[in-house]
Amino acid sequence: MDVIGLVAFDVLNSIAALVLLSLGLGVIYGLMRVINLAHGEFLMLGAYATALATNQGVNLWVSMLVVAPAFVGLVGLAVERGFIRFLYGRMIDTMLATWGLSLFIVGFITTVFGTTVKGVAAPLGEFSIGQYRQSAYSLFVIVMAVVLVAGVWLVLRYTKFGLIVRATMQNPAMAAALGVSPARIYMITFGLGAALTGLAGGVLAPISGVSPTMGSAYVAKAFITVIGGGAAIVTGTGIASVLFGTINQVAAYETTPVFGEVALLVSAIIMIRLLPQGITGRFFRRSL
Amino acid sequence: MLQVSGLKSGYGRIPVLFGVDLAVAEGALVGILGHNGMGKSTLLKALMGMLPAEAGTVVLEGREITRLAPFARARAGIGYVPQGREIFPALSVRENLRMGCLLSRRPEAATIEDVLTSFPRLTRLLDRPGGALSGGEQQLLALARCLCGGPRLILLDEPTEGIQPSIIDEIIETLQGLREARHLTIILVEQNLKFIAALSQRVLIIQKGVITREVSPQAIQDPALVAEFVGMAA
Repeated sequence: MDVIGLVAFDVLNSIAALVLLSLGLGVIYGLMRVINLAHGEFLMLGAYATALATNQGVNLWVSMLVVAPAFVGLVGLAVERGFIRFLYGRMIDTMLATWGLSLFIVGFITTVFGTTVKGVAAPLGEFSIGQYRQSAYSLFVIVMAVVLVAGVWLVLRYTKFGLIVRATMQNPAMAAALGVSPARIYMITFGLGAALTGLAGGVLAPISGVSPTMGSAYVAKAFITVIGGGAAIVTGTGIASVLFGTINQVAAYETTPVFGEVALLVSAIIMIRLLPQGITGRFFRRSL
Repeated sequence: MLQVSGLKSGYGRIPVLFGVDLAVAEGALVGILGHNGMGKSTLLKALMGMLPAEAGTVVLEGREITRLAPFARARAGIGYVPQGREIFPALSVRENLRMGCLLSRRPEAATIEDVLTSFPRLTRLLDRPGGALSGGEQQLLALARCLCGGPRLILLDEPTEGIQPSIIDEIIETLQGLREARHLTIILVEQNLKFIAALSQRVLIIQKGVITREVSPQAIQDPALVAEFVGMAA
């Protein structure tokens, strides 16, 4: 019984991590069709902002929940204004540019801070599932994943800003004819996607450790989840996270963590073969 | 209200408009008639700012708008009902109308309720996705969405294209009623002679990217005369 509880908790954690990793990418790729290969580096910058601010004496929660998203959101705005905005509709050029950006960010951070930086310890202590001890911070990560998914969905579904974003992504020219500046909406959306990614990096920093190359470990998983989810970014990313997170953890429990990762990748390949438009390309098509 | 002089525009390096001159008085409904490929839709796109002006000027209510982006022209008071209607397919009818309300000076709910009195057919469709409507219903929605923003000048691009005749009559009646009630100024591009004759006060003929002549709406009810004007078989 205790073991089942433990595995279930690990599955939830794995799902929550995938949700956090991919939600910002869901906004940037799913809504805007911009393939941001620097997504992993945005996560890394969020983790760095959290670690550095905390080491400077800022309260951990403030640096994680405020400093990280604000800083990476600003980086996102600068990147969008700097070059992404010239490349809309040019997918290959965008991939090259953001790949270059990712290499630049890794090099820059390594040059300034070296290859290691003092990380942050997970707060909140432990709790027990039967005879097993678990980090209470993991519970917080799960709560954050739920809050963020619900938040993005509520904003898109019920606010005027969400309506304008959805309309602009469907037909920018017509939105412009109704008085919307598409360039401004793209800029804000990209900035919000970056801020969500920075927040995810901050929340994951105490678990994952902080290093300049940490982004490369995450970027593939994030893309797999978003593409597996399909057009409806919130529902799709949520369902794909549940599916891949469960497969990953169950396989890892039955065998080894390495094989868990392999099972995730294999299941993603099979799913994209069966559902090339992603899960929400076939099911829940009217969702967000 | 609108003065266009020497307007040249086109798609990239392909010129389509070769110097259009056009003046529209406040409250007028001007029809523009021409063959496919003569530049009717291109003219409206250029007036809306969706295609850049390569030469010439566009002046709206005394203010030059030749270089303004589409959203700025919308804010200056131009409403656009494009060819193909361009309904947001995944948004509900209500959400499409709410998008139309962005430029409305009045509260959203009141604006929508007010506009719907002219489009009773849309009332029971409010929660349907825009993409699930028929062509005629989408055309009514596109008109209603445009009106929600309270534009002073409306550019109307082939509203009868691919629409069943019963709704065409409904659109004619709706537009006549609205024009009187709201003092709208409208530029209408059409190939449907009955539609353009029923609504227009003036009819301009466009040929190869220039306005070649003005005819009376009565004249285009005679197929032989139309054939002479534009070479268009009625």
